[in-house]
Amino acid sequence: MARVSAALWRRAWLRAALTLSPPLAWFLVIYLASLVVMLVTAFWTVNPFTNNLQHQLSLTNFAALFDAPIPAIIGRTVLIAALVTVTDAVIAVPFAYFMARVATRRVRNALFVAVLLPLWASYLARVYAWIVILTKDGTLDWTTQHLGLGSPNIAYTNLAMGIVFCYIWLPFMILPVYGALERIPDSYFEASADLGARNSRTLRSVVLPLALPGVVAGSIFTFSLTLGDYITPLLIGSGSGTNLIGNVIYDNIGLANNLPFAAALAIVPIVIMIGYLLGARALGAFEAM
Amino acid sequence: MNYRRFAQLKSWRAAVILAAALPLAIAGWVSGAAASPGATARPSTPGVLTPPTQGMTPQSSIGKGEGQLNLIAWEGYVQPEWVKPFEQQTKCTVKATYAGSSSEMVSLMANGGGGQYDLVSASGDADLRLIYGGDVKPVNIKLIPSWKQLRPFLQSPAFNTINGVHYGISLQFGPNDLLYSTKVFPKPPTSWSVIYSKKYAGRITIPNNPIQIADAALYLSVHEPKLGITDPYELTQPQFNAAVALLKQQKPLVKAYWDLASSEISLFANGEAVVGAAWPYQTGQLQAEGAKVADTIPSEGATGWADSWLLATKAPHPNCAYMWMKYIDTPEVQAEQAVSYGETPDNSLACPLMNKLAKGSCDSLHANEPDAYFKTIKFWKTPLAQCDNGKDNCVPFQDWVTAWTQITG
Repeated sequence: MARVSAALWRRAWLRAALTLSPPLAWFLVIYLASLVVMLVTAFWTVNPFTNNLQHQLSLTNFAALFDAPIPAIIGRTVLIAALVTVTDAVIAVPFAYFMARVATRRVRNALFVAVLLPLWASYLARVYAWIVILTKDGTLDWTTQHLGLGSPNIAYTNLAMGIVFCYIWLPFMILPVYGALERIPDSYFEASADLGARNSRTLRSVVLPLALPGVVAGSIFTFSLTLGDYITPLLIGSGSGTNLIGNVIYDNIGLANNLPFAAALAIVPIVIMIGYLLGARALGAFEAM
Repeated sequence: MNYRRFAQLKSWRAAVILAAALPLAIAGWVSGAAASPGATARPSTPGVLTPPTQGMTPQSSIGKGEGQLNLIAWEGYVQPEWVKPFEQQTKCTVKATYAGSSSEMVSLMANGGGGQYDLVSASGDADLRLIYGGDVKPVNIKLIPSWKQLRPFLQSPAFNTINGVHYGISLQFGPNDLLYSTKVFPKPPTSWSVIYSKKYAGRITIPNNPIQIADAALYLSVHEPKLGITDPYELTQPQFNAAVALLKQQKPLVKAYWDLASSEISLFANGEAVVGAAWPYQTGQLQAEGAKVADTIPSEGATGWADSWLLATKAPHPNCAYMWMKYIDTPEVQAEQAVSYGETPDNSLACPLMNKLAKGSCDSLHANEPDAYFKTIKFWKTPLAQCDNGKDNCVPFQDWVTAWTQITG
């Protein structure tokens, strides 16, 4: 035992390797390797009659990604993801600012609970709650009718999907922004005032740039989760004109049993996210993190 | 030592690269080594397919139960109500794997069930894929006495009996009927034209399933006879294009395409949809909630689904499988399952037993109709390139799926 510990003490790299190898093995074997296997599946095809995978490499699935309506679906998904990200950022920044810098301790804790509590409820329960709100003669309809504004009837549309996404991903945007804003020292505000800046200038030049890493971190969540989500379009989408990448992949695995095409389509959000992260890094968003 | 130094070590980088390359190498080796799948049906004569397992002789008697039974089933098909008595009688413990779609069933049954599954409750659109894929094997009908009590047109139907060889036994069936709100339609609609009509724009719902193209084809077979559609599942390219065009015309009128029965139930319960294609199951559920709906089969007829229990080629517990097939087609169990799920039993003697379980269920589930009523139902079967008339120019299911994605977008 003493010889082992002595050998480890002398060879620092061995100590590091032994500590890192279990999580690294998990990461490589279970996470990366499964992604690689999916990538390889995208190059295979399926016998349409017997549903067996043909293990011959071919590019038909990638060519099929350019057939209508797949490009429109990809475009729609990216657009909705971007709109959801922007909307959530606009809602989250004032909310997180209030939580971090204005609220008293008690109010802040209460707000924390308010933000985190929905995450304890099941995802499905929350989506169904929104269906009840948005459906015909639901809460929204009832309210607008009593206000004399008629019946918006927005269930099963892209707008409804966007609203549900904004709601479900909001905690993921609020928390990183809160973290970024909470870290700003009070002295920054004093210094800014001393230099003659009014509140709006301080907000623009001091607070928002420092909040940006938090917004980027939150946006990674909202953007990537929307790119891959399939349950919300399934439940609150109309099945036509509201399909996103996620539920087209789901349909191809279940109904059509075309695993290779589903794998090829699944690579699209991965590529988009890589592009997004590289762009964010180039804009310097990761400097402060 | 600090992390940065460690990360600069060439040996570390080499190890990571090797570890990442290893799965790629394995995958490449697998794809190279694995040949095309084995038992695939090859046409011996053009236009004639032979099921690979046709020559297998089924067992001539049911031996001692193996103590377990593994089923692939639709949800609601393996309820404790009839499973518990079966387990007590036969000492075969039932383990059910639920599948959400026919394609899921086909992929679970790949490789003859893989030695894992015994029976699959497949619908007509999956049966032929399983039979011609060699995943199911012939069944000895003489070992299943209740087979004689099945309705004649379900004893040897085209979706589970090929060349006189049975690959399973028929179970239950149901139509894809027209569900409508009795407030909007005081009298039952007489034609499927209501779901293609601008009058109900934004209030129509149909299933999100490529096999719906057959429904459009069925409608056209009556309203555009010059297309010459006789079988909605065997469409030549021009007939197929006409059906797809009709569905594209319908798309702006559809409120939502439902994936789950519960989604359609919500649509009708909230008043979002007033007419649509459904199963008797949804009607039963909605009426139980007090919704003012009813269903009907319009004059053009309807498509339908008929489920069968098929026997896996590599079934590990064949005796328990035969005991289950014997049991599930008896009148009592047929009545229990029909009332519980909301479908029509294949056993012609189940009707009075259904009324004992739920008054009026025999009528609402149409279990006592004469055979002529069911002749109006065109049961699901997998669209193949080989048409029944021997030609090879029908549109295969893969193209149906692609077309459906383009219709719904």
